[in-house]
Amino acid sequence: MAKVTSLQKYARAKKAKPAARGNGGNGARPGAARVAGAKSGAKDIDHFIKTAGLDSQREKEIGQHIGYRYDVNLVPDYRRLTPFLRKYMDTMQWRDLNWLEDVHLGYEEGRAAVFDRNVNGWVTVPEGVKLPDNQQDRDMLARELLIKFQMSPRHPLVDLHKAYRKF
Amino acid sequence: MALMTKASDSGMHTEQLAGRTQQRFFRPEEEARFTYPHAFEVDFARRAEIDAADLEPTQINLKLRELMGQGHGTIVLKNPGAKHGIAVGILNRLNLEIQGSLGYFGCGLIDGPNIRITGRVGWSCAENMMAGTVVIEKNAGSTFGAAMRGGDLVCKGDVGARVGIDMKGGTILIGGRAGAFCGFMMQRGRMVILGDAGKNLGDSMYDGTIYVGGSIAGLGVDAVPGEITDVEADWLERKLKLYGLAAPNGVRKLQKIVAGRQLWNYDNLEPAEKKLIL
Repeated sequence: MAKVTSLQKYARAKKAKPAARGNGGNGARPGAARVAGAKSGAKDIDHFIKTAGLDSQREKEIGQHIGYRYDVNLVPDYRRLTPFLRKYMDTMQWRDLNWLEDVHLGYEEGRAAVFDRNVNGWVTVPEGVKLPDNQQDRDMLARELLIKFQMSPRHPLVDLHKAYRKF
Repeated sequence: MALMTKASDSGMHTEQLAGRTQQRFFRPEEEARFTYPHAFEVDFARRAEIDAADLEPTQINLKLRELMGQGHGTIVLKNPGAKHGIAVGILNRLNLEIQGSLGYFGCGLIDGPNIRITGRVGWSCAENMMAGTVVIEKNAGSTFGAAMRGGDLVCKGDVGARVGIDMKGGTILIGGRAGAFCGFMMQRGRMVILGDAGKNLGDSMYDGTIYVGGSIAGLGVDAVPGEITDVEADWLERKLKLYGLAAPNGVRKLQKIVAGRQLWNYDNLEPAEKKLIL
């Protein structure tokens, strides 16, 4: 069972000290900045929750993190599959996670979030949810949340479907 | 911080650059569903057949839709006659077997079904695929899996040029050889070519991973070799086995190609604003 880290203390710290920034200084090369962002998960998995992720000089200049806030190329570790995801795979008659292999837990505006391609936006993880201490388990959590959100009758796509469907 | 303020004070930061946020009220403990609310409720045990010999592509697609609406979860399509644009826009779970070959733009825009094609497919098969599996037993034409977003797309034979052009996710598996410019402008996802790959492999790729079992005629701009990790090796072994494929000399011997990230340009400030800062 993975250890969990509490986000509450980071959330409180951010409110108290909104100008918290990374200590930066790994050059302005985009690739290097991106590697720093993705790999920072390895040295501190909560890097993008605790800080704005502005590590390089260039990122500080533009006030924007360059690149993804997670490793998009990370493939899932199937030993960490959850019962919910197994049930989803059975329902769809897939023998693996299929499209969910491309779903990862990312970070948006200092909060853990998962990107929903159907609405082209981030779905933030509810505050009460505790995050595992490693990216693989976090990705499994993100996949579960995304399925629950996308299949919910309250998903924005339901309204769009009613308004614009052709058949 | 001072430099950041310089940009903000110029009045340019009125737009949220980090992304878009919309507030939706959602509880993760809601009753779990596994299919879209608007998807057809189908039963895999209910089987139906369509003879497409005398049907136009539109009629075939409407017939598929009608059968799914009736709850059929397994459909066999006979005599497709290499017609174009068949089995497109299927947005729910379904087992579909196509006995024969498809023309171009077959199985495009799908989100969920498992499709097996016993013959060949023309250009742009599974273009913009979102989820599901598509397995082609023979060869495929060019732009196979163009702009694909997710799911597994498998061709057990050879494929043409520009496989996975503008690919944004998902996995493409090719049992044989692939043409030139595969992975052109690839943004994420994975492509496995077990045979030889043509010229300009991974040209201008932004991200994603390409694995090649045979020889590579040439790498494109900003495509560079990478190293296979243990997690990747396990994943490759597992994925290939699912579709009855195997790397010619084992997955560890596959050549891994990734983006060199020299073309990255995620800095979305306007040129005028850049001038102010620089």
